[in-house]
Amino acid sequence: MVEGFRPADLREALEFRSQHPSIPIAGGTDLMVQKARGFALKPDFDKPLLFIGHLPDLQQIIVENRQVHIGAGVLLSDLIKSDKIPAVFKEAISLMASPPSRNIATIGGNICNASPAGDTLPYLYAVDAILVLKSSQAERKIPVGVFITNPGKTDLASDEILTEIIIPDKKFGVSYYRKVGTRKGMSLSKASFTGLADIENSNVTDIRIAFGSVAPTIVRSRKIEASIIRKPVSEIKTAVPEIVKKYAPLIRPIDDARSSAAYRKKVSLRLLEDFLRNLAS
Amino acid sequence: MKIEFVLNEKKQVIQVDPVSRLLDILREDFELTSVKEGCGEGECGACVVLMDGKAVNSCLIPAGNIEGRHILTLEGFCKTERYKIIEESFLKAGSVQCGFCTPGIVMSTESLLRENPQPNDNEIRDALSGNLCRCTGYNMIFEGIKLAAERGKGLW
Ligand SMILES: Cc1cc2nc3c(=O)[nH]c(=O)nc-3n(C[C@H](O)[C@H](O)[C@H](O)COP(=O)(O)OP(=O)(O)OC[C@H]3O[C@@H](n4cnc5c(N)ncnc54)[C@H](O)[C@@H]3O)c2cc1C
Ligand code: FES
Ligand code: FES
Repeated sequence: MVEGFRPADLREALEFRSQHPSIPIAGGTDLMVQKARGFALKPDFDKPLLFIGHLPDLQQIIVENRQVHIGAGVLLSDLIKSDKIPAVFKEAISLMASPPSRNIATIGGNICNASPAGDTLPYLYAVDAILVLKSSQAERKIPVGVFITNPGKTDLASDEILTEIIIPDKKFGVSYYRKVGTRKGMSLSKASFTGLADIENSNVTDIRIAFGSVAPTIVRSRKIEASIIRKPVSEIKTAVPEIVKKYAPLIRPIDDARSSAAYRKKVSLRLLEDFLRNLAS
Repeated sequence: MKIEFVLNEKKQVIQVDPVSRLLDILREDFELTSVKEGCGEGECGACVVLMDGKAVNSCLIPAGNIEGRHILTLEGFCKTERYKIIEESFLKAGSVQCGFCTPGIVMSTESLLRENPQPNDNEIRDALSGNLCRCTGYNMIFEGIKLAAERGKGLW
């Protein structure tokens, strides 16, 4: 069996992908741990690896037509340093893993790993990020929330590679991010909250709310958001309990080694409350 | 897979399984035992080396990802003047006890100072957040790094 292939460019990578069952590997920070076999042993993969982390085609960040196109192979550490990435997104990324891991881990890997605790995801859901998936034959674009179907599961076809993530080049008037973990950085989140809003003439003109780690996939409700839009901020304060009540059934965390379900739910709703109260003040 | 890379300033060509961990290649094939395996899962930082000048966890890196890269371990770094400053400063500040974490911490320090020669306390803490130490309680390590930045002014 082929153990692995290191293509010279994206075209070669897609060619290989169309001809062999394969596992794309970018930084390997998820895969090397998931497939680890223990002390002094190399991990075990059931399919040949397709190395894509070095491909220049996947490494750019380009701003065009009020959109930011982020290559799937861009390192987390390079996103933090880039002046093209919105500050609140950088804040979330700078709390992921640790500096030596962020120097290897990629944004595409975080998305394709599709963990409910994936810390780039809440922001990407909140801004309706579009993913570009390429195969040797075709290219398609789909929203991140459609691409991720279940914990660890995506709509990636066996001949496809995620090449690009498109986000709006837009700064929200209010942006709020909190991650609750055991220690700063490093730890996967027990819960995270992303809130974005625009306020014009004392009215909420846009609002995006996303919860991480508290359901099988990221939680976002366009219906509830729509019910808040156009409300004057002065009314938000009184509406807080009602809004929290609407979100409560959507927050369905599990108990695991990292935290209890009850704690996760409570802290998530508290963060929502805090965000909404801050809007009003 | 045939992999060409630069290890401690020397070009190397090796024939390896591309999923082999950089950590094992360094320890087993090159006998660079400053590189330690603490957790094997990216959590402890004992395996940190520099790749193209930046700190990375060698336990997470498959051989297929080191093609054309410059890898620096403590064995290569210890010949430099910058290392001498870090060593003296760590000794002075009492940053080392059992020493298991120390090679990784020295490499994370070098990575930090290359990027930011005069880090503040928060930046030092953040840069070292991926290195666990069970002995020193960290403060002495942070002191050692501050001292190195001061004494080595102009070197980074
Ligand atoms: C110690 C440690 C701490 C961590 N802390 C955090 C944290 O705080 N928050 C967090 O969210 N994550 C964390 N992670 C998880 C991980 O580092 C991130 O998910 C990272 O972004 C994965 O990127 P990668 O390039 O290393 O992925 P890889 O391991 O290379 O790949 C991950 C998955 O994505 C697929 N893939 C990768 N790139 C592509 C592509 N372009 N197209 C198609 N499929 C692709 C792979 O096949 C694989 O299934 C941590 C990991 C470790 C080891
Ligand atoms: S052995 Fe690599 S981080 Fe612990
Ligand atoms: S000195 Fe013992 S682990 Fe740090």
